[in-house]
Amino acid sequence: MRRTIGVTGQDATLDDALSGRQNLVMIGQLSRLRRAEARRRAAELLGLFELEDAAGRIVKGYSGGMRRRLDLAASLMMRPPVLFLDEPTTGLDPTSRQRMWGVIRGLVADGVTLWLTTQYLDEADALADQIAVIDKGRVIAQGTPRELKAATGSQLLEATLTAPHAAAAAALAAFATGAVRVTDGGCRLWAPVRSESGLSTAVLRALDQAGVLVDDIAIHRPSLDDVFATLTGATPSGEDPTFAAVPYHQTPVREDGGVRDGEITKGAQA
Amino acid sequence: MSSVNTASATLPAGAGASGLFARLRSWWGDVWVMTRRNLIHIRREPMQLSDVTIQPVLFTLLFIYVFGSAMVLKGGGSYKEFALAGLLVMNLTTSTVGTAVGLSMDLTTGVINRLRTLPMSPTAILVGRTLSDLLAAALCTTIVVVTGLAIGWRPDASLASVLAGLAVGLLFSFSLTWANACLGMSVAGAESAQGIVFIVMFPLAFVSNVFVPTQGMPAWLATIANWNPVSAVASALRTLFGNPNPSSTIQAWPMQHPVTAAVCWSLLILAVSVPLAGHLYRRRTRD
Repeated sequence: MRRTIGVTGQDATLDDALSGRQNLVMIGQLSRLRRAEARRRAAELLGLFELEDAAGRIVKGYSGGMRRRLDLAASLMMRPPVLFLDEPTTGLDPTSRQRMWGVIRGLVADGVTLWLTTQYLDEADALADQIAVIDKGRVIAQGTPRELKAATGSQLLEATLTAPHAAAAAALAAFATGAVRVTDGGCRLWAPVRSESGLSTAVLRALDQAGVLVDDIAIHRPSLDDVFATLTGATPSGEDPTFAAVPYHQTPVREDGGVRDGEITKGAQA
Repeated sequence: MSSVNTASATLPAGAGASGLFARLRSWWGDVWVMTRRNLIHIRREPMQLSDVTIQPVLFTLLFIYVFGSAMVLKGGGSYKEFALAGLLVMNLTTSTVGTAVGLSMDLTTGVINRLRTLPMSPTAILVGRTLSDLLAAALCTTIVVVTGLAIGWRPDASLASVLAGLAVGLLFSFSLTWANACLGMSVAGAESAQGIVFIVMFPLAFVSNVFVPTQGMPAWLATIANWNPVSAVASALRTLFGNPNPSSTIQAWPMQHPVTAAVCWSLLILAVSVPLAGHLYRRRTRD
């Protein structure tokens, strides 16, 4: 079992007194690689993670992003076919985060099956093929990002009119799953709609038949934040991007493969 | 999936074999990697070694010149000749504290979590630690012996007998290293390890015949000191070095058979603390 999985936790599991290269070689050797093979693999990963320049320095002096990357490199020494990542980008600056995303996408492209937990819904959205939403220790929804967004139903149709028109709201009401809202003195209409093929065409045609001139029509898909809020019953507010329903930071992935409370789990498979 | 499937090809031949020899070899490989890692730590922070380098020299000089100046040994003999074996045993005893501190540090930092995910032998962490500390003890022994020779201590026995004495000392040190591994894993962190271990190791080293013959102690204390493993080891070394050993006239069994007693004590401590350390390690690393 231990030969087939790699794990990267939130806390870097590196030896501070060893250099980056020494860390990787040690882990490689303890993973039963020959010394020469461990050195070769370490050099390869240090290159992949852009850590060559720091390879000879002791880890104590590494930045947070460098530690994360070295930690992930350590998990990859054995080329595990299945890799567990626990919040790989928490606390990273935007550049390091993008770099980590690039590495993760590369791994998936190489055929690694990846399990990652994250609290950043945009991260799950950007990286995941499959998402499971976990709330209070239970999987409350799972599917592709598109399926999850579709499952919550509510897409929002926004129509911008050239001029206010009395028949516009009635024409839209035929498509709406709830009340149609009118803003901007009647120039802008909002309607919750259900996703279906040819929706925009049908809406435009109906408005045209009612004699309404349309400047712009847009359908807003829900973000995963909306999905999460709908699923857990929490309301994400603009000021506070953390989710009340999400217990903060635990170690969701344990050795027995169990998943603990409160996070979005994402599996990407090639 | 091609890059993934190469994983099995990169494993050394025999790593997956069930042969005892192959398993032993990969176990030893793990132990050696861990030992080397501990040695790299020492190279990074040489002051870690002060308890086996500077401290032995200081203690040897202090005790021999400061206390030794007022000591008169019953039954004759120079205090210098008497004290050196005792100082060696004391230094070997107290420096094993390093095992407790080092191990509890390893267990409280993240690196242990990484090691746990690897297919390595878990016992290699303990054995690697005790082996690198045995090397440190050998360094300590060399330094005490060289300091002794420099200030005029002379063994009065064959080279083989002197080397046997050093081996008995190192065996005892190795057994205490395992006992300290147990203590290190029973406490919360490195600081508590340091504290608790000093409470245990210092009385162990001092309530003995290391610095003074036990004959002058109150009867109850002398009894404790005569049966203290440290006294047996110090007497064994004095006997094997051919140095004065006033304890040889004491009737207590360990004082009559100090070499046998020293080896038995060491083996007994190992027999108890090696399995206990394994148990504590498993308990400590289980979630």
